[in-house]
Amino acid sequence: MARARRLKSSSVALIKTPTGISGLDNITDGGLPKGRTTLIAGGAGSGKTLFGMEFLIRGIEIYGEPGVAMTFEETAEEISSNLASLGHDVNKLVREKKLFVDYVHVERRQIEETGEYDLEGLFIRLDHAIKSIGAKRVLLDTIEVLFSGLRNESIVRSELRRLFRWLKDHDVTAVITAEAGDNTFLTRHGLEEYVADCVIILDHRVTEQISTRRIRVVKYRGSSHGTNEYPFLLNEGGMSVVPITALGLSHKASTERVSSGIPGLDKMLGAKGFFRASSVLVTGTAGTGKSSVAASFVNSACGRGERAMYFAFEESESQILRNMLSLGMPLERWIQKGLLQIRAARPTSMGLENHLAIMCKTIEDYRPSIVVVDPITNLISVGTAISVKAMLTRLIDLLKTHKITAMFTNLSLSGEEITSTEISSLMDAWLSLKEIEVDGARQRVMYVLKARGMAHSNRVHRFTISDQGIQIEDEVRGQERKI
Amino acid sequence: MGSAIESMRRASKKWRLRLYVAGNTPNSIAAFANLKEICENHLGGRYQIEVVDLLENPTLAKGDQIVAIPTLVRKLPFPVKKIIGDLSNRERVLVGLDLKAASGI
Repeated sequence: MARARRLKSSSVALIKTPTGISGLDNITDGGLPKGRTTLIAGGAGSGKTLFGMEFLIRGIEIYGEPGVAMTFEETAEEISSNLASLGHDVNKLVREKKLFVDYVHVERRQIEETGEYDLEGLFIRLDHAIKSIGAKRVLLDTIEVLFSGLRNESIVRSELRRLFRWLKDHDVTAVITAEAGDNTFLTRHGLEEYVADCVIILDHRVTEQISTRRIRVVKYRGSSHGTNEYPFLLNEGGMSVVPITALGLSHKASTERVSSGIPGLDKMLGAKGFFRASSVLVTGTAGTGKSSVAASFVNSACGRGERAMYFAFEESESQILRNMLSLGMPLERWIQKGLLQIRAARPTSMGLENHLAIMCKTIEDYRPSIVVVDPITNLISVGTAISVKAMLTRLIDLLKTHKITAMFTNLSLSGEEITSTEISSLMDAWLSLKEIEVDGARQRVMYVLKARGMAHSNRVHRFTISDQGIQIEDEVRGQERKI
Repeated sequence: MGSAIESMRRASKKWRLRLYVAGNTPNSIAAFANLKEICENHLGGRYQIEVVDLLENPTLAKGDQIVAIPTLVRKLPFPVKKIIGDLSNRERVLVGLDLKAASGI
């Protein structure tokens, strides 16, 4: 969902057309330039056609703006079946006269060139298409095919220049796709020199068998825009961009408190619990009870009628349900009530950006007020420490924007607090779980390492995990030796 | 081989040619004039020229996949042939219509 951003815009008011593509309107600060042409460049398979079609289809479905797709590479049938995999029914939109698809076939071998000509046929077809449904959006995909189909390059170039002027005169917002060039030009035939207003690049990389899609706004005349690369998804939900770079710290702090689900722990947290929309880190060695703390948090939230999302990167949904049931927390009932969703995935199943993109999309769709990521440790195996931090930063920014209270568990090794300082600095509260030896007996303990904005206990407390769940007991006195 | 083609031409039925234009532009006018001359010289009387003005009938552009103007489409005899331009390059027109083998091959 687009949120109002107070950014300094240029003095000439540039009107924008919202694309309706999740996240894209964020990074372009409102959408594409209205009545102008945007160039989408990318390699084969980078998603240019799908981007363009999503622009048209969302324009129809969300904004009631009919659209024309002039397609030079794929036939109307091919486009229809490709879009079906994204959950769109192209044929229906065509029947309803909201979408016009014109497949333009230009093949060099079949054409003999015998003198002067222009591309007025193209203009006539486009004009007819636009008029017949009152289109406000146009896609030309991939207009570069004209260069390979026609021998006279200077005619093609001058007609393209004429075409872009024509589009402007006809007050349609147009998207043209082009193949990415090598180093000298942005696109193979240098189309960017004709399209001055907005240029976007799509990238599709496969690194170590993991594929990642990224989008970047290279140029946007008259507008501020995010200049970074942003990951995006193409799946049965359509196209969605993960927008937030989270370098801004402009979230309004909440004073509302959320229970941890463990009464004794709430007492340690200034007697009230976590701040709403805060991020909480729970660390400990294996078996110290991190997932149980997370489950208690979720269990009590659902009990209050709040929606919770549990991202599991180590255990399966059924493992979690079984384990927590034995601790007196029947989480299944919340799932049935629609208050809890557990998403389990192997960290190595996809790239870090994809994990982030999917988590963000899931959060946007499901709108929980509580999120758990258990654990974040394994994600490091898929990325470097730096990219995990970048990913967490984006995720936490999204969570705070949506006022979601989030808990992250992390495995620490050998009891030392070696969780990287970068990750802990992103967190508002930090709970450490340990097993220590007290007077010759093994004992579970926890203590609050930090909790921003509140007076918290600095005592180490014993706790137990039983079929009654987690119960905090008295503070530890005397000598402490780590196990 | 040339004479074989010629005798095929003589034996075959009427040629059907369709010239796509967009209004009376210089290119379109030149194309029509060039076309008539070529037909008179090479097809005797056995031809039929149909002029389609896309400004009046825009929907007809799609069927023959017309992008460039003017475009000449040979409908008959098969196979369909497509030639774009004002037809001022006589040689290429003849090659394109299969009325002459391409030179230098």
